[in-house]
Amino acid sequence: MTETASTGTRHSFQLKSASLSLTTLELYYFDSHDFEATLREKISQAPGFFKDIPLIISLEKYEGLDSELDFFKIIGTCRRHHIHVMGVRGGNDDQRRLARGASLPLLPASSHRERAAEAEPIRAEPEAETAPSPAPARVISQPVRSGQQVHAPEGDVVVLGPVQAGAEILAGGNIHVYGPLRGRALAGIHGNEDARIFCQSLEAELVSIAGHYKISEDLQDNGWKSAVHIQLKDDLLVVSPLDKA
Amino acid sequence: MARIIVVTSGKGGVGKTTTSASISTGLAKRGHKTVVIDFDVGLRNLDLIMNCERRVVYDFVNVIQGEATLNQALIRDKRVEDLYILPASQTREKEALTKDGVERVINELSETFEYIVCDSPAGIEHGALMALYYADEAIVVTNPEVSSVRDSDRILGILQSKSRRAEMGQEPVKEHLLLTRYNPARVQRGEMLSVADVEEILAIPLLGVIPESQVVLNASNRGVPVILEEDSDAGQAYDDAVARLLGEEREHRFMTAQKKGFFSRMFKGG
Repeated sequence: MTETASTGTRHSFQLKSASLSLTTLELYYFDSHDFEATLREKISQAPGFFKDIPLIISLEKYEGLDSELDFFKIIGTCRRHHIHVMGVRGGNDDQRRLARGASLPLLPASSHRERAAEAEPIRAEPEAETAPSPAPARVISQPVRSGQQVHAPEGDVVVLGPVQAGAEILAGGNIHVYGPLRGRALAGIHGNEDARIFCQSLEAELVSIAGHYKISEDLQDNGWKSAVHIQLKDDLLVVSPLDKA
Repeated sequence: MARIIVVTSGKGGVGKTTTSASISTGLAKRGHKTVVIDFDVGLRNLDLIMNCERRVVYDFVNVIQGEATLNQALIRDKRVEDLYILPASQTREKEALTKDGVERVINELSETFEYIVCDSPAGIEHGALMALYYADEAIVVTNPEVSSVRDSDRILGILQSKSRRAEMGQEPVKEHLLLTRYNPARVQRGEMLSVADVEEILAIPLLGVIPESQVVLNASNRGVPVILEEDSDAGQAYDDAVARLLGEEREHRFMTAQKKGFFSRMFKGG
């Protein structure tokens, strides 16, 4: 993979696979005035969220004319609003040529799986220690009772039943609770900010993702006692109903 | 091979000893040879409720330490045939209950008895752990209030992780919920958790609901297991619980107040 690997010198870097969650802009048509107006409106709804975020332009639902597609204008408008266009996803050959002309990297149209497959050979080469195999999820098929702690430093935790008040789930990855979550759930304990918490009824004493936490008192107003997922967005824990996910 | 049943709760004062006395009496009344062991070393009560406190010579700790044989320590109940009591020591520490010692006594009892009922002390300390360690089944006594439910949940967790069955990876301890001191009128007024609330939180099968009753207190004071008060609702509720423990299907009773209460709840928008 790298020459340094064979000669045994010190590595200046290491290649690792990473799957990140990015915001995608699903473009329907392009008109620079409309584009900026819509962008402005979106940003005003959640100013903190859009500041300096990386953005992918998706052309999968683009219905406008190719000739109207001006990536330089898109990039410029986004940059004025502190949004960074990282690449283009989908689109036909002509559209992709335009994107390449604007120096935008091209991402395949379909699922993450294919993208991961392309990345595979890159990370398969280096020493075994750099190729992390996904940690298996811990599946608990009984209620997690008060005073019990389930600790999965690497992977996900799946609980088929309630997590009772006074119980604690710690996971390096995600936490899924197919029952009421009444105790504490700490996902992404080693700093994984993409970790999420899913539960059928949010009644928790505390939820935490990558060290950002909310206690019961702060959870009452949104999604309390209903099915939700919780994720970290811009350093804030966001609770959203599962049926609208 | 005897069936070992622990009566436990975590919280104190919820009715463990009352329940141990009535369940063991009920089993014996149905012709099953039963022994009830008081694990509450230092705070023994079972002998009072079973009205045999004046006949205690040797106790559980004496047997464990080889100072007496089981036959010397076992007290035969005067009212019900096939019922024996193994009293706790009032003067020793709970640490006198060693795992090996308890196992030896339980193994010896298993040879002659059908059921061994272990009356656990409150808490989650050594005495409570010893009482539940060898259990095949657990009756978790719970009052309809949040702290009792929380403690029961804690005990259920311990049964799953610290019992012999859990440690050996055998089939888990069979859990039964027994709700005691249940007052339907107070449930309707929102002063107590309902049966449904408790069942929903603890998620284990309901063995029975014992109504709150002056009869229970009177019976305890007179040294009569309340199951023998056959005309009382509490006595009948325990009888139902024993029947269910033995696999009989019985409808749950004493769970609702009078009809008037039901309608008033409707109007309150309950």
